[in-house]
This record gives sequence, structure tokens and C-alpha cells, in this order.
Amino acid sequence: MKKINYNRELCDFCGTCVSVCPQDAIELSENNLEITDKCTVCMNCVYICPLRALEVKNEG
Amino acid sequence: MKDRYDVIVVGGGPSGSMAAMFAARAGVSVLMLEKDREIGLPVRCAEGVGDKGLRSVVDINPNWIAQKITTVKLISPAGMEVVIGTDEVGYILNRKMFDPGLAELAAQAGSEIITKAYVNGLLLDNNKVTGVRVRTLGREFQVKASIVIGADGVESRVGRWAGIKTWEKLNDMETCAQVTAQNINVQQDAIHLYFSNTRAPKGYLWVFPKGNGLANVGIGISGEASRHKSPFAYLFEFLQTNFPQAAIITTVAGGVPCAREPEKIVANGLMLVGDAARQVNPVSGGGIVTGMIAGKIAGQVAGQAIIDGKTDEKRLAEYARLWQKAEGKKHKVFYKLKEFVYNMSDKDLDDTAKIALQIPQDKRTILQLFKTALVQKPALILEAIKVLT
Ligand SMILES: Cc1cc2nc3c(=O)[nH]c(=O)nc-3n(C[C@H](O)[C@H](O)[C@H](O)COP(=O)(O)OP(=O)(O)OC[C@H]3O[C@@H](n4cnc5c(N)ncnc54)[C@H](O)[C@@H]3O)c2cc1C
Repeated sequence: MKKINYNRELCDFCGTCVSVCPQDAIELSENNLEITDKCTVCMNCVYICPLRALEVKNEG
Repeated sequence: MKDRYDVIVVGGGPSGSMAAMFAARAGVSVLMLEKDREIGLPVRCAEGVGDKGLRSVVDINPNWIAQKITTVKLISPAGMEVVIGTDEVGYILNRKMFDPGLAELAAQAGSEIITKAYVNGLLLDNNKVTGVRVRTLGREFQVKASIVIGADGVESRVGRWAGIKTWEKLNDMETCAQVTAQNINVQQDAIHLYFSNTRAPKGYLWVFPKGNGLANVGIGISGEASRHKSPFAYLFEFLQTNFPQAAIITTVAGGVPCAREPEKIVANGLMLVGDAARQVNPVSGGGIVTGMIAGKIAGQVAGQAIIDGKTDEKRLAEYARLWQKAEGKKHKVFYKLKEFVYNMSDKDLDDTAKIALQIPQDKRTILQLFKTALVQKPALILEAIKVLT
């Protein structure tokens, strides 16, 4: 199954990913980001992240 | 923090602070909630504003200003510099000083403010927003309000929680990389905008001087263009060729909505302002002043609505109407203009610059440039009609 992973070391918590998420699946606080199970792996966040902190992984 | 306020503002940026200040001035109780530890940081902005717009909302405090700007230079792909004739003065701000300064004004008007307070949901009752859920210092609270104002920036979710679609397609978001760097030895009172479809696809590069060789150097490209290459990759190429001596003091990432406005910006008990309502000039990406203007109108309408005892969508729509009159129409034109500019190739841009340089500088307005571009490329006339109608 495909899943979006986020790299804590690269992320700057800028929120650009949140603005293009059609599912409201990204929870962003001051210094934490979480992709919730509403995610449908549309890839918008992966393409737009200025720091390339998000990537798609195959799991299970 | 009490358990009920007349108005709760979510987000402590310029739009939120102005909404809070003007609502508090109307005499109603206001709470502003900011998720970060410190208002004003991190700065994700090139910090450019016009004098007239800013002055229409607040008295300008000299401590906010890093550099006065008198000149706008557009630079073509081949490096031709076109100075735009303008008498408008502008500033490069220090938002690290500016944002907290505005929050203090809101506080002095009577608003309560809390930082490290993350709003993670709305309280809803019968299709009406009645407050927020907020997490602060490890505890979660429910706080009631007659009106919630969503000023939660580009990453806004407040609107969505009330059923307003505010997420954007990749083409309508600019993804940005910026450094604040020393040894950027350009004319200090000029902003420099570099246009090129190859070096900054569907966007532009900027150099905004902050005085004594310090400058914000950055790029915004569309989310579509960013599929293939990140804005940081473009920015570092630009620095290497144009400013190899740059010493980087700050590195930031961020996004700018360059989108149509959402279908609505008010609901029962809810208003959206600033980036949260996509009130950003879609060509320039400037949203500080427009957000503050919206914050002012929203704060004033919210205050009066509470005094009148009516906070339903119909009453709050007065804000949307006043916003349309003040800025909304301009926004629509700029949105169309954005598509026009994005369709120009590097050759179109260079040809336009060449001709523009023959127009006397004081007559060289953006509109003149636009006309010049049309003469250059008649195929764009169809696009232009879209902009002008
Ligand atoms: C690289 C870059 C360069 C720019 N350059 C310029 C420029 O030169 N000139 C210009 O005019 N504009 C510029 N902009 C745009 C400008 O920064 C924004 O339009 C402006 O900051 C919008 O103000 P705001 O108050 O609406 O939102 P913001 O300033 O983004 O403030 C929103 C606040 O809400 C908080 N928040 C978000 N979610 C929550 C939550 N759930 N709970 C609590 N708090 C929350 C955030 O932490 C943030 O502090 C630039 C943007 C970028 C990214």
C-alpha cells in the first residue's frame, strides 16, 4: 500500500502542503506534522513541498 | 483565558492582529490565538509593502522599517533592466518587529492574546460556528464565541471546518524559497524582480534590499512547475550565477496562494481574512496590506454585528461586500493577468523589455508594458481580452 512519509529533518513547518491537500489530511502544529488516514495519496503535497520533505513510500 | 468571548481570532499574523484591534476598538471582548511560541517568527516573507496601503490601516512605526524603496526594476531573461515609473514609495519591513508591533496594538485596544495555542477544530451548533477547540500547554479547552475570525494563514483550515472549500490546485499556489543574505550589492532603494520562464517558471525571482548589503533573495514558482524541480534548486542556481558572494543569514520556505477567492468568506458566526481567504495579489504574491485591509473591515463589521446582536451569515456578508468594493474587483483582474504573464516565453519577455526601454521612464507603467507585450505577440490578444473584460 502506498503512503506519504514526512521527513522531520527536512520539514520547515511552512504549511504549503496543507493548502493543496484536498482531504484536509494534514495536521500541522508549531513543530510537528502528521499525515492522517484521510490521505488518498494524491501527491499534491509531495509535488509542492519546497524542501522535498514529503515522499511516497510503499508499505506492507 | 475565559470560557467565552464575543470574538475569537485564530492566527496572530498581520490580518489577525488588525481584525482583533478593530473589533476590540468597537468595544467587544476579543481573544487572539497563535499556534507558534512567538508572534512574528519565523518570518516567511520578502517583507515588501506600499506606503499608501499600509498607512490606510495603521500609523507607521519607523522601527518596523528596514529600507525605504523608491524604485521598481523588472529584469528580463537576457538581463535588460526596465525601471517602472512610479511615485509610490514603499518599504522593506522587518516583520520580526512589525508583526509583534501590530499584535501589541491589538492588545492595547483591549484584546487578549495567547501564543503556543493551537486551534484544532471549531465548535458547531446547528450549522453555526460557536467557538473553537484549542490546545495549549498540554491541555485542550473549548472556548465559546459569537464570531470566529479565521486568520490562520496559507495553511488555513478554519474555513474548511465550516464547509468552505479553501484548498488550492497546484497551479494556484506558489511554492517559495528565500534566503536573507549579506553581500548583495544592488541599488539599496530598489526592488528587483527577475522574470524568466526557464529560471523561475510561472513565477519570479526577487531581490528586496534591507540596507547595507543585506537583502531578501527569493523565488516563487507554481506548484505545477515544482513537480519537476524544487524552488530551492532554482534559487541556488540563481545565487550562484548572480550573487556568488552571498552569505546566507536566514533560509526559509513558504507558500503563497495566487488563487481565485473562495466562493464565500463568511458563514454563520464565521469570517475568513488574509491568506486564509486568499486575499493576496495573484501576480505579485503580496498579501500583507490586503490582509490588513480585510482584517480592518472584518474587525469593524464583527464589532458592530455583536453590538446589534446578529452574527448570522447574512449579517456578516457586509464584510464580504465591503471587501469586494475595496479590493475584490482588483483581485479578479490580477488573477487573469497572472495567467497572461505565465504564458510569456523568455523571448516574449525579452522582446517586451526591449520595446519598453524605448518608452520614457515616467510613462513606463505596468499597463503600458502590458500593451507593449500585446503588440509584440498578437496571439496574446485573446488572453488580454480575458484580463480587460
Ligand atoms: C516567501 C514569501 C514571500 C512573501 N513576500 C511578500 C511581500 O514581499 N509582500 C507582501 O505583501 N506579502 C508577501 N508574502 C505574503 C505574506 O507573507 C502573507 O500574505 C501575509 O503574511 C498574510 O498575513 P496573514 O495574517 O493572513 O497570515 P500569516 O502572516 O501567515 O499569519 C497566520 C498565522 O496563523 C497562525 N496559525 C495557523 N494555523 C493556526 C492554528 N490552527 N491555530 C493557531 N494559529 C494558527 C500561524 O502560525 C501564523 O502566525 C510572501 C509570502 C511568502 C511565503
